[in-house]
Amino acid sequence: MQADRIADPWGARTPYRRHGSWPARVDTFLAEGVEPGAVERWVPAASLLHSGGDAMDIAVVDGRMAGVRGRAVDRVNRGRLGPKDLFGWQANASQDRLTRPLVRRDGHLVETDWDTAMERVVGRTRELLDERGPGAIGFYTSGQLFLEDYYTLAVLARAGIGTNHLDGNTRLCTATAAEALKESFGCDGQPGSFDDLDHADVIALFGHNMAETQTAQWARILDRLASVDPPRLLCVDPRPTQPARHAAVHLAPRVGTNVPLLNALLHETIRHDRVDHDFVDAHTVGFEELSERVSSCTPEWAADICDVPAARISEAAELVGTAEALLSTVLQGVYQAHQATAAAVQVNNLHLIRGMLGRPGAGVLQMNGQPSAENTRECGADGDLPGFRNWQNDEHIADLARVWNVEPDRIPHFAPPTHAMQMFRYAEQGSIGMLWISGTNPAVSLPELARIRALLAQDRLFTVVQDLFLTETARLADVVLPAATWGEKTGTITNADRTVHLCEQAVEPPGEARPDLEIFLDFARRMDFRDKDGGPLIGWREPEEAFEAWKRCSAGRPCDYTGLSYDRLRQAGGIQWPCTGARPDGTPRLYTDGITWAHPDDCESYGKDLETGAAVDPVEYRSLNPEGKAVLKAAAYIEPHEMPDERYPFQLSTGRTLYHFHTRTKTGRVAQLDEAAPDVWVEISTADAERLGLGEGDLVKVTTPRGGLEGRLRVTGIRPGLLFVPFHYGYWDTKEGDGPDRGGPGRAANETTITDWDPASKQPLFKTAAADLTLVARADGRHAPAPTTTASAPAHPDAAPVTAGGRQAYATQNPGYGEAPGRAEPGGTS
Amino acid sequence: MKDGIAHILRALHRGERRLARDLSTAAERHAEEHEIHHVATDLAAWSREHAERLAELAAGDGLRLDDDIPEPLPADGPGALLLLHDLRALHLAATENSLHWEMLAQAAQASRDERLLSLVSACHPQTLRQLRWSDTMVKQLSPQLLTSL
Repeated sequence: MQADRIADPWGARTPYRRHGSWPARVDTFLAEGVEPGAVERWVPAASLLHSGGDAMDIAVVDGRMAGVRGRAVDRVNRGRLGPKDLFGWQANASQDRLTRPLVRRDGHLVETDWDTAMERVVGRTRELLDERGPGAIGFYTSGQLFLEDYYTLAVLARAGIGTNHLDGNTRLCTATAAEALKESFGCDGQPGSFDDLDHADVIALFGHNMAETQTAQWARILDRLASVDPPRLLCVDPRPTQPARHAAVHLAPRVGTNVPLLNALLHETIRHDRVDHDFVDAHTVGFEELSERVSSCTPEWAADICDVPAARISEAAELVGTAEALLSTVLQGVYQAHQATAAAVQVNNLHLIRGMLGRPGAGVLQMNGQPSAENTRECGADGDLPGFRNWQNDEHIADLARVWNVEPDRIPHFAPPTHAMQMFRYAEQGSIGMLWISGTNPAVSLPELARIRALLAQDRLFTVVQDLFLTETARLADVVLPAATWGEKTGTITNADRTVHLCEQAVEPPGEARPDLEIFLDFARRMDFRDKDGGPLIGWREPEEAFEAWKRCSAGRPCDYTGLSYDRLRQAGGIQWPCTGARPDGTPRLYTDGITWAHPDDCESYGKDLETGAAVDPVEYRSLNPEGKAVLKAAAYIEPHEMPDERYPFQLSTGRTLYHFHTRTKTGRVAQLDEAAPDVWVEISTADAERLGLGEGDLVKVTTPRGGLEGRLRVTGIRPGLLFVPFHYGYWDTKEGDGPDRGGPGRAANETTITDWDPASKQPLFKTAAADLTLVARADGRHAPAPTTTASAPAHPDAAPVTAGGRQAYATQNPGYGEAPGRAEPGGTS
Repeated sequence: MKDGIAHILRALHRGERRLARDLSTAAERHAEEHEIHHVATDLAAWSREHAERLAELAAGDGLRLDDDIPEPLPADGPGALLLLHDLRALHLAATENSLHWEMLAQAAQASRDERLLSLVSACHPQTLRQLRWSDTMVKQLSPQLLTSL
């Protein structure tokens, strides 16, 4: 069966009942003219363009990629692929891939050979180490490389260079997930499993537009909704998302008010005594303080702050309070908003006081945005140490030093690993003299772009950019290193529910482009990093050896990989960590039998003050939580720092759309995806549009104190008073190429965003700014280039042509062949 | 009201007003240090509220706490060191306030002054959180600012 998968991103329904097995449906897309019989090899991989970790195989014909097919036997997606997976691989073959290293000469980037480029990087590194020490060097990486890349980078940065400055762009997407888990459970690690979607009777999505961020899992929910015993959904989102349209209760609060809303849900749960007291007594500390702190947070109180009717809040509380098996998922509507960690922690609290944890259907999914964000976290390529080790615990440092065979003082642990926003500040202020940016595009994705461009363009800052294309960031670099990507290199990816997949090399990279791992290993070799016995600090030469090295680092830690191997992953497909000799099939859910990593000797973090970010002292943590239970942390509401006023009367939120990923470096180069959402747009509510006399397609300018952008208007069911702009669009495909500084109109959402971040997770705020909107030109028959299939659907269906992909977007969907994996789930009957 | 308690109330009121002022000054002076800017602004509001509640409590006993505007934090030290200098000054000012809260708490218990005790229990924890914040920022920023510039 063929279907236009741009017009229908979630594909055909395969209904199934609660506790049933999700039927397979195999989605395949082959390049035009390629018959299935012509495919020479199918090479295993998993999604690179979202955090779902959907298992797929890459079709190879004549040494080139020719298509993809979902893998029916894999429990994560049972063969389904979303539009980005079906079509995104075509970007690999773009004509404008970087194929040779570039170095800046007389102000211009010119082609060179690898030796010249790497010697320039090594030369500058040595100079800075001699003159100013390791604190002058910073690394900013990605959520889109492989585990093997991150782990190697973590070892070379932390023990090789000895710098504290290594973080990922996961700071922008998943830092709050990690922080909220550390605050509640003492340690990072996703508690729940995607399989909980099969068993939950209530699914609560907090700021999580799953239909656009994890299309396969949303298809799973649609399949359950199409059956006789569907789950009831609670959706908290200011936009009319697909989840909102299917929700039993939809709340569209004022942005920046997640904490009061959640406090009211906790208040109602406690007032009705929908509390699992046995669970609370056995597994938590802090219940009395939490009860006290939410005692005045009635639905009526929250209704004023959130601008949501009190009756709706009570209904939401009833839904989560009476669930038999509650699954909550959390994403950017919480993580990128004001009081991010405080709010995400209240979702954990809801589950802890209701005892909704560690059994089928009862769980929390603090989600990720990127495919390998989980690996960035566990490998310590973000602002944490490898294996979720605690930088304040000397025993953990000693253990890491043993794994790396270095003296403990070689690993900087006098202060927390530096987060990305602070690294960019150090670069701005001059104390970081070299920034090595791999697999990410801060000149489009960080807040307040005029500042970021100016900072990256400084002569005194030496910038290395490792990427596939000449991105907006690469244009500002001193050295550009051409990288190979997914399908051209081998490594592992761990998704948001801890499922590890092996992605194997299917084709050769273009020109002289090299796998990221090779580039890092080359640098380590040239720097001649040594361990304490004079042997090489990094002894591995290729991906599988890097994976084996990581296994040793993960041994005995929460993210234990010791039961995994490339061979095992080839045979079994995706496996959820921890996976050990004793648990060779992996672990679907954490905390099935109490809280395991919160003990003061074991925990990854002693926690922080959620409002100020101040560190909790180890002694204080020990006295508060001597037995290592989950910590119920209360939080009071604070008003956002930037609220609308006369000059800037709107609230402004940025976000993503289903058809694009990150800064469109890949998705913008694929016809099917690009044509579905070719340019930036601005969403406004029907009420505001009517009041201002504006309509579909009008060209408008959105302005904040930081800057402005222009886009065409889409009138939707979004919350009145709020504007929404997608953040994917930059400048590589505009006349200017790198930004609006030479007079062109702004296009990137981050021209307008504020430099402010959550003090606990250090995640920047992209959802809470104040903005003005002015008309630039009337539509004159033109439409907003926004999809109609998603949250950006027009309020009046006839207002814009329906999004469709046509012939080029036809993919096949076949009923599954291949058996469901043999992991029996307890869960009763339905 | 005992003279001693009145004296401490006056001193603490002045101290909280001064801390509010200094936090706001630091927030403006280090506007490009974004976390300092935003959190110091939030913490200034706590101190302002403390001062108001102290004045309200004193007024209930017929004691007027004066509204003199204290001198702002003086700018001292070059560039990045100015930030560390200001954080140190904020920490010391909050320490002074904390000790005054401690004294009031003791006096309130000794004199069974419920009103005073409940004010101390509401405010003193926030002063301790201000202290922890400045301490955390000093720990995080010193290695970079003192060794890499």
